[in-house]
Amino acid sequence: MIEVKNLSKHYGDQIAVNNISFTANDGEILGFLGPNGAGKSTTMNMLTGYISSTDGQALINGIDILEEPMKAKKEIGYLPELPPLYPDMTVKEYLRFIYDLKKCKLPRNTHLADICRLVKIENVYNRIIKHLSKGYRQRVGLAQALVGNPKVLILDEPTVGLDPSQIIEIRSLIKKLGKSHTVILSSHILSEVQQVCDRIVVIDHGSIVADDTEENLSKTLSQEHKLIAQIEAPTQQVFEAIDTIKGVKKIELLKERPDSVNDYLIETDEKTDIRRELFEKISSSGWCMLGLKTQELSLEDIFLKLTMGESIKGFKNSSKEGQQ
Amino acid sequence: MGAIFRRELLAYFTTPIGYIFLALFYAGSGLFFNLTALRAGSADMTSMFTLMIYVLLVAIPILTMRTISEEKNQKTDQCLLTSPVSLWGLVMGKFLAAFLIYILAVAMMLVYAIVVSAFAKPDWLVIIGNIVGFMLLGAAFISIGIFVSSLTENQIVSAIISFAAMLMCYLLSSIAALVPVQWLSDVISGLSFVDRYTGFTLGLFDLSNVLFFISACAVFLFLTVRVLEKRRWS
Ligand SMILES: Nc1ncnc2c1ncn2[C@@H]1O[C@H](COP(=O)(O)OP(=O)(O)OP(=O)(O)O)[C@@H](O)[C@H]1O
Ligand SMILES: [Mg+2]
Repeated sequence: MIEVKNLSKHYGDQIAVNNISFTANDGEILGFLGPNGAGKSTTMNMLTGYISSTDGQALINGIDILEEPMKAKKEIGYLPELPPLYPDMTVKEYLRFIYDLKKCKLPRNTHLADICRLVKIENVYNRIIKHLSKGYRQRVGLAQALVGNPKVLILDEPTVGLDPSQIIEIRSLIKKLGKSHTVILSSHILSEVQQVCDRIVVIDHGSIVADDTEENLSKTLSQEHKLIAQIEAPTQQVFEAIDTIKGVKKIELLKERPDSVNDYLIETDEKTDIRRELFEKISSSGWCMLGLKTQELSLEDIFLKLTMGESIKGFKNSSKEGQQ
Repeated sequence: MGAIFRRELLAYFTTPIGYIFLALFYAGSGLFFNLTALRAGSADMTSMFTLMIYVLLVAIPILTMRTISEEKNQKTDQCLLTSPVSLWGLVMGKFLAAFLIYILAVAMMLVYAIVVSAFAKPDWLVIIGNIVGFMLLGAAFISIGIFVSSLTENQIVSAIISFAAMLMCYLLSSIAALVPVQWLSDVISGLSFVDRYTGFTLGLFDLSNVLFFISACAVFLFLTVRVLEKRRWS
């Protein structure tokens, strides 16, 4: 269990994390969602005792990280943003070092072998870390967090740098771990936290803008009124046909292809579901509907929705920061 | 502490650092032994030890330059500082590993002494005095090097500043001679590493000199811990 109470971090005048509070319960996977520079890593560094907080308190299983750091740190497995690897060591040497460092009491060889099997690094066990690919380094970083079987796992963007099949595997691994651990993971991909997490905390500019269950948040964010349809038909006629459907507010040609299989973005009222009628219309005209899906939310949309325009300004600032 | 100590030792020999340090040390001591004892046909090894201080000034910054700066640079400090190890444990682990490598280097001097003893009767008290003094001087230099390494993320900067700092310590007695104010001059020469060290080369074990080096060592290790602590709170 992790309790965060009014935690703040200031760097000089700059406020990286501003008075945030949330709780992650046992057996819960908490997603930490926010754009670049939102303060996700800073929060995680405070939770793990890497940096101190300017104000507020963080409790790991009831132990204050600043008051009893030794005891609290034993409960935590941490995967920082950049996996903290020693490039000149082999994976084996490195994991044994971590095992010693954490003063782990479990039987060493079987414990490390279990972890390697879990994150699938057995085949690079004797390789030197500096020769590993980014994805494998990320996995060794994850393995490092799992050494000692800590009850609380704090994972900063754990799937960055992995290939798609690995992402799926690591996500399902995290889900499995979530049953017996308290997990906090950060991400800037909405679909990732929606898939993996039970609860989602959305953070922007160091402040929490939403803290809700995955279901509630998905409901708030449901985007059925923006559809992307792939239709094989003459463009102009499609525009005219769709325009006659009740509830349609706007149609846009997203992508035009030479074989006249085009993608259209259709915006509708929040209340009406036009999917059935749309399908009828297309097929009765003798055209072909090749795909229909709701549009994925971008982080920009999420903040727009969550804060009803309040943090639009904030988001623009942060996206500017990202470009610099 | 044990884990960090073992990892550091391993790192000295999986990177070139350990070999460079030992090579510098062995080459330097071999050369000076040859020049001062063998060529001169003298059983007095003190001048070899005195010349070896110059090698120390170059070799110790190389030994200690990456101890803490590299952790920060590679972000591996994130792993050390979030594990259940105290800052003292961390710093001591690093210090002891560097010191052990240093002992391996100084042990070679003992070999030379044995070589000399085959031909002449060396003054063992002086030799032991030299070795003890050298150990203490080295321990103090190593802790200065570790302290400097905690101030920067760049190994090269760390090495250069350590070199300058050690040279300063070494030259304190000369600086003291230039200071016109008597009490200040006394204070500075009281801190002079060389004056303290010279006592040992005569075979004199002055407790205050032993304590001086041990406290210098402790002060810089303490400062290192403070730097690490301070960084968390910045
Ligand atoms: N050591 C530091 N000194 C000054 N400012 C800092 C420091 N570390 C972080 N910041 C600032 O704090 C803010 C939050 O940074 P943080 O790394 O926590 O963002 P993040 O949410 O992890 O972003 P990302 O998705 O890019 O990883 C940023 O504006 C950053 O510039
Ligand atoms: Mg981050």
